[in-house]
Order: sequence, then structure tokens, then C-alpha cells
Amino acid sequence: MTTTPAIQVLDVTKRFGERTVLDAVRLDVHEGETLVILGGSGSGKSTMLRLMIGNIKPSSGDILVWGKSLNKMTEDELNTYRKSIGVLFQSGALFNSMTVFDNVALPMREHTRSDEETIRIQVLMKLEMVGLLDAARRMPSELSGGMKKRAGLARALAMDPKILFYDEPSAGLDPVTSHEIDLLMMKLNKLLGVTSVVVTHEMDSAFRIADRMVLLDRGKFVASGTVDEMKHSTDPLVHQFINGEAEGPLTERRREGHYVDELLGDI
Amino acid sequence: MNFLLRPIFFVTSGITEFLVTAGAISNLLFDSARSARRSLFSKQGRRLGWANLWLQMVRVGVRSIPIVSLVLFCIGAILALQMSPVLASFGQQQLVPDIISIAIFRELGPLVSAIVLTGFAGASIAAEIGSMVVSEEIEALEAHAIEPVRFLVVPRVFATTVMMVCLAVVGSLAGVIGGLVVARFALGMGMRQYVVHTFDVLLARDFITGLIKAGVFGAIISALACHLGLRVTGGAQGVGVATTRTVVLTIVSLIAVDLLFTTVFYAIGW
Repeated sequence: MTTTPAIQVLDVTKRFGERTVLDAVRLDVHEGETLVILGGSGSGKSTMLRLMIGNIKPSSGDILVWGKSLNKMTEDELNTYRKSIGVLFQSGALFNSMTVFDNVALPMREHTRSDEETIRIQVLMKLEMVGLLDAARRMPSELSGGMKKRAGLARALAMDPKILFYDEPSAGLDPVTSHEIDLLMMKLNKLLGVTSVVVTHEMDSAFRIADRMVLLDRGKFVASGTVDEMKHSTDPLVHQFINGEAEGPLTERRREGHYVDELLGDI
Repeated sequence: MNFLLRPIFFVTSGITEFLVTAGAISNLLFDSARSARRSLFSKQGRRLGWANLWLQMVRVGVRSIPIVSLVLFCIGAILALQMSPVLASFGQQQLVPDIISIAIFRELGPLVSAIVLTGFAGASIAAEIGSMVVSEEIEALEAHAIEPVRFLVVPRVFATTVMMVCLAVVGSLAGVIGGLVVARFALGMGMRQYVVHTFDVLLARDFITGLIKAGVFGAIISALACHLGLRVTGGAQGVGVATTRTVVLTIVSLIAVDLLFTTVFYAIGW
């Protein structure tokens, strides 16, 4: 691990209308590490991911990637940055009108001048890496949930990215498939030496893959540390989230919420 | 007071929405024109650009030929049947081909083809792009540094514009043939007489005004469909809303633009 972070999130705030989704968050992602961003539904973790891949802009603050500000990048510079990252979306986000092969080939056909034969070999190599060689000619609608994630991962790897972003990689998968995807991610991270940022709320998966974890709650990072540090945290909020307990500050807060206000509205 | 303000609010919000949509469409068309060079002629973009354009031309244009031809054939036939008794009462039944050819080439060919294409291609483009938004495909394109306008909008706008012009020609010919069939078999007019009348009365400007309209109609259909598709929110229901809005807004826009063009052509003596 080097001392210069690959990604630096500097006091980023993101608002959608009146609602503040992220509130002055700071975060460093170090070169070569797997950082897991934990958080409940609506905690702002997917927004964090979209900010880091440059799909949305922060309301204030900045994100530096290898020292370069995403805010100050022109559209062309942003596209150059995007070519150096890979993103695995929650649903896989495969292009439904194309075969798995064409999905993986798309970024290569668009961004490189390689001939079709070279692209074919590269695509098959990526598919082999994720164990999906047999499904190359299938359409996304013919794939299972786990296969879609693998295909999405192969496409994310298409341009040999330096940073990989995963949005809920285990969502909607059975425990065995989810475990398989985790092992695949770990294998790829080790094999390719990429920096990984994983957004998830699946604790089993997070513990398996993480070098470091941060917990996002109501738009703020409330805890961070290694897997062991988080497991042994005395913070009741972290403890409740990690152990998935029904009783604790998270649920109490929800119960205490402005129920009466909501019920009576403006009366 | 509320019941008095409501119609005013309804009208002003309608006008605002119209202006916002018109602005967004112009913006999208401008972006498409700007991205077209990169999409079709740059070394990197053209590999996928031409393939996509060809695919959309087949999808939008070639597959619509039978339905557009059938509809305009029927319209030509209906026009002949409707006009013949009226014209016969003035002893002018030989004018049937003249009226049909002018009406079809200048007006009905492009307009009816565009309306059919709205249902055929506009709705499908909006639904397709809307579904892509819902399934995160648009975000995935952006994450792969592939601009959605260049990759999705440019081929659809170009394909629809070009194919709309071709469809207007094919549709207009089908309309004239529809009139010819009725004139020959129901009105007893000679086939040669009909064809001669048609070509005698048609001027180059009748043909050109129809084609200009058709091109503009094509751009409107595809730009509106892409615009509404890209703005889908709220899952499957949002896709349904976008599709319906595309069909309704496009047909209204087509007829409004048609009126505008016809007025301009009339004013300049075309």
C-alpha cells in the first residue's frame, strides 16, 4: 500500500433538491486495496459510487483521482478517466440487445483500433477469467443472476482497468453464488492488482473481500477500519449494523422519528 | 378564486412544458449533429457508428415499408372514391388523379407516413431507451466512456430522418397506385390517362416540399422519442408513460409543424 491515495474524497456534499444525501464526507482509497463502503438502504452509498465514477457531480467538495480533480475535468478528460476504471452495476447492466460476447467487446470496439480477431481473443480471455466462456453467444435474457454479474464483471475488465467499482455485487444472489462472486472478485484483485471500491450491505460478503471498511449512515461516514477493527468495534451503531440486530440505535432512531409530524402533516 | 386560476395555471404550465420540451429537443438535435462527425467519421467511432446506423435504418425504415404502403394505398383509394361523385357532379371526374397526386405528394404521403412511423418506430425507440435507463444500461454506457447521445441518439435520428424521406416517396407512390386502382376498376378511367394526368400536374416543387417535410418529421419523431426515453424515471410504469407521451406529443407536433410548413410554402408561393 502506498501513501498516495488513488482516490481522495474531499468534503463532498451531494444534495438532490432539498434532500442532503451526502454531507461533507472525506475518504481515501489507497492504491491496490479493497475498500468496502457499508451502509443501509438510502444511506448514500450508491450516490458515493456514482460520484466517484464521475456520473454525477458533487454539490460541493471535490474528488481527486490520482491527484486529478474530477470537478475540473473536461468531458474528454472524464472519458479518459472512465476508460481506466471498470464498474460492475447492481443488475449487471448488460446491454440486452447484444450477446455476452458483444457486451464485452463493446468498449474495445469503441475505444481501441484493434482488429476483430484481436478483440475476439481478448474478449474470450476476459470471459475465461470470469468462468463464462461457454455463454459467449448467449443473450443476457438467457443468463441467471450470477452469470449476469460475471458477464458484467468481464465487461468491466474489458479495458484492463486500474480501479474497479462494484455496486452491490451480492444483491439478489443466493449465498453460494454470492460466495462464488466474492471469490472471483478476490481472485481478480490479486491477479490484476487493481484498486477496488465495493458498495454493499451484505456483511458476509464484506468481511470476505475487504481490506478496509467504512460505514456510511445518513450521508456521513460514522466508522472506518479493518475487518477486525470493525468486528470488535464498541460503537453501538456499528455493532448493530454488522451483526444485523433488530434492536439498537439504528432502529430506535427510526421508531423515534417524527412519526407524529408525518402522521399529522401540516395540520 | 381557485376555479378561476386553474385554467390560467393549466394554460401557462402547458406553454412552459411545450417550450421546455421544444428547447430540449433542439438541444438534443444540436448535440446529435455535433456528435455525428465523431460517430460516423472518426477512426474510433465509425466502426460501431455505421453498424448502428445500418441496424436502425433497417429497423425503422425497411420494416415500416409494408405498413406505410398499405395505409397510403388505402388512403389513395379512399380519396378517389370520396372525390369521384363530387367531381362527377361538376363533370370533372378526370381531375381525380390530379387532386390525388397533389394531395398525396405534398401533404398526405409525408404526414401519414410520419404518423404511422410514430406508432411503429417512435414508440419503440422511446420504450427501448426508457428500458435501458431503468436497467442502468445508460449509466453503464457513460461509465464505459461511451456518450449515450453519440451511441444511441445519433444513429436513431439519422436513420429515422433518412428513412422517413424514403418512406414518404414509397408511401406517396403507394397512395397514387391506390387511387389508380380505384379509378381504373371502379370509375372506369383508363390507366394511361391516370398516369399521364398524374405526371402532368405534379411539379418538382410538390415533390420537394413533401420531402423537406418528411425529413423534418423524421427528425421530430426520433428526437422526441429519444428525449422522452432518456428521461424515464420510475421503472416499468415510467416506460409506459414515456411511450404514450411520445406517441401523443409526436402526432401533435407533426401536425403543428405541418401547418407551419404549409403556411410558409403557401406564403412563398410554393
